[in-house]
Amino acid sequence: MSELSELYQEVILDHNKSPRNFHKLEGANRRADGYNPLCGDKVTIYIKLEGDVIKEISFEGSGCAISKASASMMTDALKGKSRAEAQALFDKVHKMLMGERDPKADSLELGKLAVLSGVCQFPARVKCASLSWHTSHAALKGEKEVTSTEIPGE
Amino acid sequence: MKPVREAAAPRGWGEGRTALDVAGIRADFPILKQQIHGKPLVYFDNAATSQKPQAVIDAVNRYYAAENANIHRGIHFLSELATAEYEEARARAKRFLNASDSREIIFVRGTTEGINLVAQSYGRRFIKGGDEIIISAMEHHSNIVPWQMLCEQVGACLRVVPINHDGEILLEEYERLLNDKTKLVSVAHVSNALGTINPVKQIVEMAHRRNVPVLLDGAQAVPHMKVDVQDLDCDFYAFSGHKLFGPTGIGILFGKAKHLEAMPPYQGGGDMISLVTFEKTHYNILPYKFEAGTPHIAGGIGLGAAIGYLEGIGLEAVSVYEQGLLAYATEALSSIKGLRIIGTAKEKAGVVSFVLDGVHPHDIGTVLDQEGVAIRAGHHCAMPVMQRFGVPATARASFAFYNTKEEVDILVRAIHKVIKVFS
Repeated sequence: MSELSELYQEVILDHNKSPRNFHKLEGANRRADGYNPLCGDKVTIYIKLEGDVIKEISFEGSGCAISKASASMMTDALKGKSRAEAQALFDKVHKMLMGERDPKADSLELGKLAVLSGVCQFPARVKCASLSWHTSHAALKGEKEVTSTEIPGE
Repeated sequence: MKPVREAAAPRGWGEGRTALDVAGIRADFPILKQQIHGKPLVYFDNAATSQKPQAVIDAVNRYYAAENANIHRGIHFLSELATAEYEEARARAKRFLNASDSREIIFVRGTTEGINLVAQSYGRRFIKGGDEIIISAMEHHSNIVPWQMLCEQVGACLRVVPINHDGEILLEEYERLLNDKTKLVSVAHVSNALGTINPVKQIVEMAHRRNVPVLLDGAQAVPHMKVDVQDLDCDFYAFSGHKLFGPTGIGILFGKAKHLEAMPPYQGGGDMISLVTFEKTHYNILPYKFEAGTPHIAGGIGLGAAIGYLEGIGLEAVSVYEQGLLAYATEALSSIKGLRIIGTAKEKAGVVSFVLDGVHPHDIGTVLDQEGVAIRAGHHCAMPVMQRFGVPATARASFAFYNTKEEVDILVRAIHKVIKVFS
């Protein structure tokens, strides 16, 4: 498979065309904005947290296929997860995007999200995929600041 | 002063040259010979930075290999040689812009520093609370932010001339904005995001009727057309070496001597002084007053070589050739279904910004890259322009005289591939 078709796998193209949970969430009690100043991608994550569990999650924004698909798949993956489970998933996805994981382990542990592993071959696109994850992380922590992909030291 | 070595005459140097020998020119640019992802490089990101001819690479190498010394101070052979080469580069920049005097040519790091210099030196001396500065709605961030910083410092107000849907400055709105409070106008000669060539001579005339000085951001103009600062009668003109086939980190600020004389230094340090005591420092004469510290000597020499190379080819011939390329590309791209060109001014330089239905410019950029085609995808450091046209970003192909119609054909085929991937 060429690098290009590894990046733009069917699942990603599908989530780009028909993003899931792509709307404002009424009754959300967590919300964060994410922004990638390099390309202008913007995302807003809405979370309805009940106790420790992500009852509902949605997103809005504009961005490339990678950022949209990543956000869409993330909302599917995080729904129903506890904060600790979400945190564990953040860490795994982050490592996958940085190319620090074994691809076989990805498909076992990350399921559908493993299609994002092709992104690590495209360093310029890693931030597109990670923006929504960083932003969800911020929403769960209740951070008020806009999450930017351009954080010194990142 | 030791004689300056003549740079090798570039291809096409000499009399009777009418059309460009593009194959010969391409051979002068070693980077163009390489393959990217197994495909020949098609470099269409010239508005971001241009490639360098061997003559420039050689000049920089030669300086470090055989001429390296500090300038304007050493009483030894190499220092005198380096000084002569650096000052020859200034003289070339003076001829290149048709400035009347080398004292009006200040070496800076690039266009951005040139504009910041004017904002902080001229601006803080002559612009006061309640005054107004006029820019246009198509400016690069480097011609917005320095003025916002100045406005904050002195309490002045930034006014913005709107543009129409083709990406042209609305001159009647500009006329309306000019008033007794206006103390400076600063606009792009050519827009980096849209390619518009602004009617800068008229813009200068209109400002001068009210005795308002004008700075022109020439970063995107100098690689494409002959610029004559005396004919334009602009007060300041800034450009970057790296967009003119020279090194990064070097650029030129032209300023009329009457302004530069009246302006305080921008930075303090060595080279910009004539006498220093702890009680008082006397500043050096122009242009050195604005050149504190050891400059980018190799960059200056490289820029001189780039100007020499470009003059050998002839900017008139470059303009004619690039207009042909632009017309060809505009027609070819317009015929692609779902593609919309952003920036359709009557007068344009070789820039085609576009969006594609249902495909984000970043994704266009990635697919094109796999085909060996380098373009820019993003907001082009002109976020207000993106806002004006209601798009988050565009894809931008920008041309230089070494590009060809065959390369445009490769771009078109690659865009069809993008459409296929995302259909």
